[in-house]
Order: sequence, then C-alpha cells, then structure tokens
Amino acid sequence: MIRAAIALFLAVLAVPAHAIDIQDVTSPGGIKAWLVQDDSIPFVAVQFSFKGGASLDAEGKRGAINLMTATLEEGAGNRDSVAFAQAVEGLGAQFSFDVGDDALTVGMRALNENRDEAAALLAEALTQPRFDDDAIERVRAQVQSIIRSEATDPQSIAAKEMARQAWGDHPYATSINGTMDSVAALTRQDLVAAKNRVLARDRVVVGAAGDITPEELGQLLDTVLGGLPEQGTAPLPQPADLQLTGGVTVIDWDSPQTVVSFAGPGLAIDDPDYFAAFVANHILGGGGFSSRLMEEIREKRGLTYGVGTTLATGVYGQTWQGGMAGSNATTGQAVDLIRQEWDRMAEGGVTDQELNDAKTYLTGEYPLRFDGNGSIAGILAGMQLIGFPIDYVNTRNEKVEAVTAEDVKRVVGRLLDADDLRFVLVGRPEGIAGTDPAPTN
Amino acid sequence: MLRPTLPALLALTLGAMPVLAETTTPENNGITHFTLPNGLETVVIQDHRAPVVVQIVWYRIGSADEPPGKSGIAHYLEHLMFKGTDKLEPGELSKTVTANGGMDNAFTSYDYTAYFQRIASDRLSLVMEMEADRMANLRIGEDDWQAERQVVLEERAQRVDSDPGSLFAEERYATLYYNHPYGRPVIGWRAEMEGLTREDALEWYDNHYSPNEAILILAGDVTPERARELAEQYYGPIPAKGEAEPRIRPQEPTQRSPRRMEMSDPRVPQPVMSRSYIAPERNPGDQADAAALTVLAELLGGSMQTSILGRELAMQGKALWVNAGYDGFSVDPTSFGISLVPADGMTPEDAEAELDKVLARFLETGPDPADLDRVKTQIEAARVYKLDSAHGRAYDYGQGLATGLSVQDVNDWPDSLAAVTADDVMRVARTVLDSKASVTGWLLPAEPAPAAAEAPASTDTPSPEVQG
Repeated sequence: MIRAAIALFLAVLAVPAHAIDIQDVTSPGGIKAWLVQDDSIPFVAVQFSFKGGASLDAEGKRGAINLMTATLEEGAGNRDSVAFAQAVEGLGAQFSFDVGDDALTVGMRALNENRDEAAALLAEALTQPRFDDDAIERVRAQVQSIIRSEATDPQSIAAKEMARQAWGDHPYATSINGTMDSVAALTRQDLVAAKNRVLARDRVVVGAAGDITPEELGQLLDTVLGGLPEQGTAPLPQPADLQLTGGVTVIDWDSPQTVVSFAGPGLAIDDPDYFAAFVANHILGGGGFSSRLMEEIREKRGLTYGVGTTLATGVYGQTWQGGMAGSNATTGQAVDLIRQEWDRMAEGGVTDQELNDAKTYLTGEYPLRFDGNGSIAGILAGMQLIGFPIDYVNTRNEKVEAVTAEDVKRVVGRLLDADDLRFVLVGRPEGIAGTDPAPTN
Repeated sequence: MLRPTLPALLALTLGAMPVLAETTTPENNGITHFTLPNGLETVVIQDHRAPVVVQIVWYRIGSADEPPGKSGIAHYLEHLMFKGTDKLEPGELSKTVTANGGMDNAFTSYDYTAYFQRIASDRLSLVMEMEADRMANLRIGEDDWQAERQVVLEERAQRVDSDPGSLFAEERYATLYYNHPYGRPVIGWRAEMEGLTREDALEWYDNHYSPNEAILILAGDVTPERARELAEQYYGPIPAKGEAEPRIRPQEPTQRSPRRMEMSDPRVPQPVMSRSYIAPERNPGDQADAAALTVLAELLGGSMQTSILGRELAMQGKALWVNAGYDGFSVDPTSFGISLVPADGMTPEDAEAELDKVLARFLETGPDPADLDRVKTQIEAARVYKLDSAHGRAYDYGQGLATGLSVQDVNDWPDSLAAVTADDVMRVARTVLDSKASVTGWLLPAEPAPAAAEAPASTDTPSPEVQG
C-alpha cells in the first residue's frame, strides 16, 4: 500500500510547484526592494540586510559592528533606551537587529494601523541612534559576558578553533563578538564609525511580504532608509582563502562527551557544480534521518544523538563541514566512520535511488519554506544578498532536477577527501590522538 | 474518561452535519473541530497561502504519567516509534517523508508525546496513512531497541550531562516538587534509563497509544472536508483500546519551606539565579489566573528596557540579564520562574536582595497603568502576528487539548489575556510571589574560575520538551 502510494506521489512531483509572484519595487527615492504582496493578514514583514556585516570591522576594532548593532535599539532621536522601547511596544511593532559574518540584518513587523509610525521609529534607530554612554556600558557588559560564556562552551570552543585554522587573516577567522580586550577598548566614536562602515544605501537589500502595496512599500523604504548615507565608508570584504589542512586537533575539556567538528573544502553558491554538491550533501549528512552518516553512526550503532553536514556557503568563503557529539569512549570509532563515509562517497558517488530520493526531497521541500510573511521576507532578502536573479525562486527546482549521478561523481571527486578533513575534538576522546600540537587557548 | 463531555459531544453532533460554513467566519480564524467515533479528536487549522500542511498527532501521555522506576520510558518509546510496523521497515517512515520533500520528528514532554510531519499538501494522505499505521501496528525489532537505548543515553549525555545548567535545572525541579512527577526529568534519570527494555516500551505503547487518547492536528493547506475524509479513511478503522484513563497523578501537599540550592561547576562562567514558584495552570473554562500570570511575567521581565525587573535591575547596572517566565499549558500546577545574572561587581547576595526589594515594592504599588496598557497592546499585536504561522497555531491547539483544555478554551485565550486587570495581576502576584512553594537556586562557577555569564533562556524550566 505504502509503496504504491509513494510511486504515485513521485509521479505527481514532476509538475512544477506553484509560481511565486515577486514584484521588483523601486521607491520614489530610488531604493529597491522585492515584495510578495498578500493581504490575508493585516501586517507587513520587512527585512533589511546590509552586506558585509561584521566582516567590515576596522583593523583593531573587532567587535565594534556587533556592539554597535546591539546598541541601535537603545535609544534614538529624543528618546532614551526606555522611551524608545516603550514607543515601539506601544505600537505593537517588533524590530530585530542582528549581525553575522556576511550581513547586518534589521527586521520589522508592523500592523497596518500604525505602519507609518513604526517605520518612522525604525528610521530613527538607523539614522539617529544615540549611543548613550550608559547604554554602551550596559550592552558592552552583556557582550563581554557572552564572550566569557562561549569560552566555557565546548561547541563554541570547537567552532572558534576551526575558524581560526580555516581563515588566516580574514575576519572569518575570529568571532564577530571580538575579544574581552578589543570590546573593552571600544569607544562611542568607534561605534559611530562602525555604523558608517556598514549602514548605507549602497549595500542594502530589502525583502518585504504582507499587506502592503508597491507604492506604500516605496514610501516605507524612503522613510526607513532615506536618511542613511549613500555610501558606506568601508569597501565590501575580500574573498577569504581557505587555509585548512587535514588532521586532528584535540582540545582537552572535562566532559562525558566529545564535541566533534569537522570541515574540508567547499564551493561557492555560483559554482557550476553547486547543485550537484547540494544533492551530494543531502545524501552524505544533510538529510536528517535519511543520511548515510546518520545511518552508520546513530541508527546502526547508537554512537550519537545526531550527526550532520552542511555546505557552509559564506559569501566570502566556503567549507563543507559537519558536527556531532558522542561519548568520549567511542569518539575514535565515530571519527573513523565519518572518514570512511567521506571517502566512500568520493570513490563511489551515489546510487540512482539515493539521487532520486534526494532530488524529490530538495525540490519538494523548497516551496514549503514560503509559508508566511516573515519567512518570505527573509528569503527575498537572502536571495538578493547572494546575488540571485528575481526569477530564481521559480527556476531553482529545475537546477536540482538537472543534476545527474555523473555531476555528483565529479563534484565529490573534486571536494571530498578524508585526508583533507580537519577534525577539531573538544573533550577527552579515546581511540584517537591529535596530529599536531594542541592550540593554546 | 477523556472527554465524551458536553463540548466533545456537541462537536461530534455538529461535525456530522454540514456546518463547515462556520469555518469561514473570521471569529474562529479558520478553525474546525470534530471527533471520530473511535474518540480521535481532530482540529483543522486552515491556511491556504502556501501548499504546505503540518500533521501533528498528540498522545495524552507524557513523562509525568510514568510509573516509579521507569523514568524516561515515554521518551524512549517516542524514539522506538520510528522503528517500523508490519508495513514499514525501521526508519522507513522518516525516509519516506524525506523522499517526498517533507520533514518529520517527535517530541515528549511531561504531559504529552507528539509526532509531526510537515509536507507538501498534495502528500497529506501519505503521512496520515503512515502515522495511523504506527498508532496501531508498532513493531520493535530485537536489534533496534538496544541501539536506540544507547541513542537516548547519548541524547541525555549531550543535553544534560554535558551542561551544568541542565543538570542544575533537573535538581531544582526535583526539589520544587515533593510528590508530583513533574519533579522527574522528561528524558529520565540515567540509572533508570539504562534499565529500560523493549518489554517496558511495548507495555507503555499497548496501554496508552489509542485513538481515544490522541489528538490529530492538521494545519495549513487543507480543507475541513478533505481532512475529515482522510481522517475517517486512515484513523477511523483503528479501534479504541477501552476507556481512556483519567490522568490522576500524585499531587503536591501544602509546602511550608521555601528551599535554597547551590551548585558549583568549573564549566559555569558566571553566577546565575533561577527561582521557581509553583503556580496554577490553565484549566478548562477557568483560565483567568493563568492569563493574569502570563501578563505578570511580561510586566516583570518581558523586556530588558521596559519591564519592571529590566528597568530596576538591568538598566540600573545591578543585573546583566533578567527574565520572568510562565507557561500555563500543563495538566497539573506548573511553575512561575524568575532568573537573573548579576552585573559585574555585584555579589549574588546583593543581586538577590535587590531583586527581592523590587518584588516587594511591586507587591505594594502594583503595575503602572501605562505598563499594563503597553503589554496589552503587544498581546493584541501578537494575536495578528500569530496568524502568520499555521505551524505555531497547531502547537497551541495541540498543547491545549493534550493538557485538558477544549478548543473553545484555546480560542478564548487571547480574550482572557485582554481581560486581565491590574487587580487580577496583583491577586496572582500575591499568591505566587509570596508562596513558600518555591526554590531559589544559584549556579556558581567553581573556584577559582574566572567570572562570565550566559543569558538566561526565555524560561528556566528544564528542557521541557525533548526532541526525538
């Protein structure tokens, strides 16, 4: 019964998913945005993403853009921290300010009934932040507390060591939070300079979804972004060269489990073989319970609660990476299995059954992401950040469908080699030793 | 005696007739409710904006229903539910969902165990067929149960044993509840988990997995007509296993002694205080206290800048982080939590004394009307934003029905929140914040570790849900 049903559904799947209508909007002031208009719920979600993000920190000012971002909501114009937050809450609006390696992202949800007031408040935060001394000190203490807490978190310890080994002099090599010392030294003037490096109209992309017309969105864009400088004071980041070498790094950590982090060479999202690698990753370790690594390490042997891989396609540098946690006693065995699976795929590629199942998943899953104003606004901004064309949404599944077993074989032959994999192990792993001196922390 | 009570009977009667016109009225926001003859309650939440549907089957059984000595069995069985049936090989359900572009998982809590799939709406019947199959026909192979017991032990090692915050939360809850099984961790105590067997799991399954102990939630791109047709086709033939048992658990006696706890660990970067008070839960037809507690948590700790604890402690340089949390979805009395991380230079003693001063002042003066207005405005806005996620609404109805509420109670909740007055807030604040049924815990760095901090999670309950 079930088998028959699956065959039927696979047949249905050949029909393309329903098209998503994205409008290209330009404001009277010349600011561009992508919009999916939907009037079923009386609010709009907008995501503003500024390219470069924390990778635009100035030399010696690591952590400035992160601290600046966290202080944007701490008062603007004639309102201090408390008054500003009260004004936002009084409208029922929601703002978010986040920054990562590739972008600084500002999110907004506003009700139709007071959307203009909400936009005006957000504009104040972006163009007239106060950066009051007491607010800076308070947020600085919070950031420093996060830095110290990451120093006792094995996942963070592993991630930081992997980034350090991977990215050399590039900002990707260090945490966007900065260090205790670099954050301690930041001044109000540094925050103002940080803001001018990244918050500018020449590097912003906007996605919007919800109950708003293109004309209304145009006005909102001019309100929120019109007061920003035309150009940022820092050029966009340069691409990073991957410095990673194969081997094992062990960092001693007193815990019943070892955190296992591993990474090797990846590829850019505009690489001709990207979709072949995307399919291969799903089969290797991206596909949850269905992946080869999950099958070998969790399902057959119970060595972990979860293991997975991902193509980390940063705008400025890429890896093919993964992670898991498991008992110290069996870490050596788990690492051996990961290396075996890495080479098994490099040598043998994937079966037709695996390829077909992966394509069905990846094409079927894609339309499910567009399930609300908030998610759509985020996807639209994300696509522009990467540089995708506006019709990408409706052509992307064809690119997945076009991947052949030969394509997969070619790309895994090029990228997967267990000897190129770097493992960072944080714990007291047994059955495996570091291949080079432990890093000093 | 689950609920052939009046609301369910009404729903059954109505559902048998073409009343679907009601689903288009704005008042119910696209909610339809019916019960199959075998007792399976079904809620349909319509949202046709994207071709996606979520199926969640909730069983009214969780870790708080476990017999003594078998902690972790509810969650262990949740894992074993992926090990196949007569028709499905071990792991085949998840693989089939994935191969069809969907994702699936499961989670266990004190009061329920739930299984979900999120998939293209034209494949809903496929996942309903498989979910119905494992409701009645689970098979657990000899090889599978031991490897999976190892998986749940690794899950415990990862989530709890490697994290001093989780270890401490476990002990705080074991201390908060003298007698109620909410004092046991959902994932189980390690020594008891190690002894769980295939027979324990099958007994648990046979006793509790039945359509009249379950709730089916379908949310997204599905009509009530289609939902009913598929529910009748796949779940309809499964017979109920006798009458549903009432959920009578050992209850808390009067507690007379507020408790204090302290734990030190070198992996803790900076002191964190977590205080929990036993508090009333949402009850059928009676959600006023729970609504007032929800508003109280927002007023006290909802925002770092504008809440009472935020303004008086975080903004004054006495705390790095503050939080107040409450979740009323619970069969038996739940907890109200307050947590804080002292600012650099404040001792734990001084920070706690400052907190107690602010709470005492609040109990005398009550909420500022402007604060209450703002919280209400946010609650009203959240009602609109909530409609953006059919998946999120599926959790509201599922948790509600699985903890004994009716669809009407869940529908009424935003109105209950809107109706909260300053007097209501003070009534519950006096009851809860002055209660002796409380535990105050300090998690401290082991000497001489350097100080640092971690933001308290949104609430301080110990991993309330355990993902499969």
